Amino acid sequence: MVSAVFHNPLDAAAPAARSSERSAAYPTAATAHKPGAPAHNDMKNPAPSVITAPAAPAAARQPWDSSSLWLAILPPLLGMGLLVLVWELVSVGTGASIPSPRDTFIQAVQVFSDPFYNKGPNDQGVGWNVLSSLKRVAMGFGMAAIVGIPVGFMIGRFDFLSRMFNPLISLLRPVSPLAWLPIGLLVFKGANPAAIWTIFICSIWPMIINTAVGVQRVPQDYMNVARVLNLSEWKIVSKILFPAVLPYMLTGVRLAVGTAWLVIVAAEMLTGGVGIGFWVWDEWNNLNVKNIIIAIFVIGIVGLVLEFALIKLATAFTFEEVKN
Amino acid sequence: MSTSFTTKYIEIQGVEQTFKTKKGPFCALQNINLTVARGEFVALIGHSGCGKSTLLNLIAGLTTPTQGSLLCANREISGPGPERAVVFQNHSLLPWLTCFENVYLAVERVFAPTESKAQLKARTDAALAMVGLTPAAQKRPGEISGGMKQRVGIARALSMEPKVLLLDEPFGALDALTRAKLQDELLQIVATTQSTVVMVTHDVDEAVLLSDRIVMMTNGPSATIGEVLSVELPRPRNRVALAESAQYLQYRKAVIDFLYTRQAHVEKAA
Repeated sequence: MVSAVFHNPLDAAAPAARSSERSAAYPTAATAHKPGAPAHNDMKNPAPSVITAPAAPAAARQPWDSSSLWLAILPPLLGMGLLVLVWELVSVGTGASIPSPRDTFIQAVQVFSDPFYNKGPNDQGVGWNVLSSLKRVAMGFGMAAIVGIPVGFMIGRFDFLSRMFNPLISLLRPVSPLAWLPIGLLVFKGANPAAIWTIFICSIWPMIINTAVGVQRVPQDYMNVARVLNLSEWKIVSKILFPAVLPYMLTGVRLAVGTAWLVIVAAEMLTGGVGIGFWVWDEWNNLNVKNIIIAIFVIGIVGLVLEFALIKLATAFTFEEVKN
Repeated sequence: MSTSFTTKYIEIQGVEQTFKTKKGPFCALQNINLTVARGEFVALIGHSGCGKSTLLNLIAGLTTPTQGSLLCANREISGPGPERAVVFQNHSLLPWLTCFENVYLAVERVFAPTESKAQLKARTDAALAMVGLTPAAQKRPGEISGGMKQRVGIARALSMEPKVLLLDEPFGALDALTRAKLQDELLQIVATTQSTVVMVTHDVDEAVLLSDRIVMMTNGPSATIGEVLSVELPRPRNRVALAESAQYLQYRKAVIDFLYTRQAHVEKAA
């Protein structure tokens, strides 16, 4: 109990507090670690806004207090109401060239009544489009994880490699993933692999960087234990590094998936085929603005669900010490 | 009592430790000479920042000295090893392993080459039983109290059957009652195992109660050994009886005198 004062940041604090504290701690601590580190600041910044999500169910679980219940429901409803109001005003102001919320809703009901129709490659239901986008993200992201996580471990573990790769990462990370699309088209000679390649490139950086930082930030105490016990490298990795790094790694995964979902829409607009990004572009060519707005909502909701699922996953694998 | 410790076990000769800092080299320890006999209990005491933990880390092999040499059983200490087990101040248990697994990790490392799985398990159980934690074996560190965590740390260190037990302010983070209880347990365990112990502490009573010799260190930077006090109280020692012993009070007075009169200027630099 008293010893909690001496715990490391990793031991102490609830998951939400941990992640936000971690992201807050990054700029200073990480910069001290290595030159490439300033990159983490902007990588990490999405975290605090996201952290509120796990806190919400906790608030809902509190005893029935009508004021807190109102506070949980009313502001979000007002926010949505504001959105609809502004949308309606814009719609009226532009003479319905931006369709009104009502028309869009009616259209959405129609679109979602048959999401899985298939009338040839250029006319498929919204369900197919979303699924093929998700498939590309999964493939590109999966390959990035297979490559990025081990590379991150190596970079974090060996100072030499860290110094070797940091300039490369710093140079390549800020490049828009779409800039890699032509290279992908050239090398893979196909739109689909090129899109996957783009996803691969954009999701690999957060995973490498977060894994490496996680490895570097494993509490020195744990490493001292490893040294005093004289553990083998395999034991160090499996018993100490991996569990200690897992929360960082999952943060990397979350950021990677988030970025991948942003990028896939743009990539598909350029490559065509079946996919939510292509759907948006196709509907623009058809001047079907209602469907574009529906697509925006679909993209947003899918992104939200992905993010939420990954936060849940990260919480499940985060070991906190303080429960006494 | 001191006459029985004739064999040199740990030998520290002319050790100096300098750290590189941004403001230039910082000399933490200077001209340290100390021998510890087999089975002896030595306490290192001094104000915070005097380099006592630095010295312990040197004996543990976690750091290497800038100058001088450290020997353990006539061998140069070149790195950490399981024959010199360390109990860390903040217990340093791995939060994702149960108490059993935390101890087992150490047992496995030392004895796996020569013993069967069942024997390793028995050793782990025995170590946990020694510190009275059999019921908590399957709990994770997050589910037990600070005192229990520290006991697991001690069990982990003892399970390796180390030649030397190094304790870095092991009870510093505990409340006074828990600390007293664990000190008594440690006294018993050390009496049974006949371990050689080097312990860093800032607690005068703890030092007098537990040790055969108290090494008092001067203030840093460039700290060194100021004085060595032999504590010739008979064992087994009982804290209640000792509280009224004139001899005990005299040792206590000597240490307090050193710490607060001669080395009173505390941490001006820090």
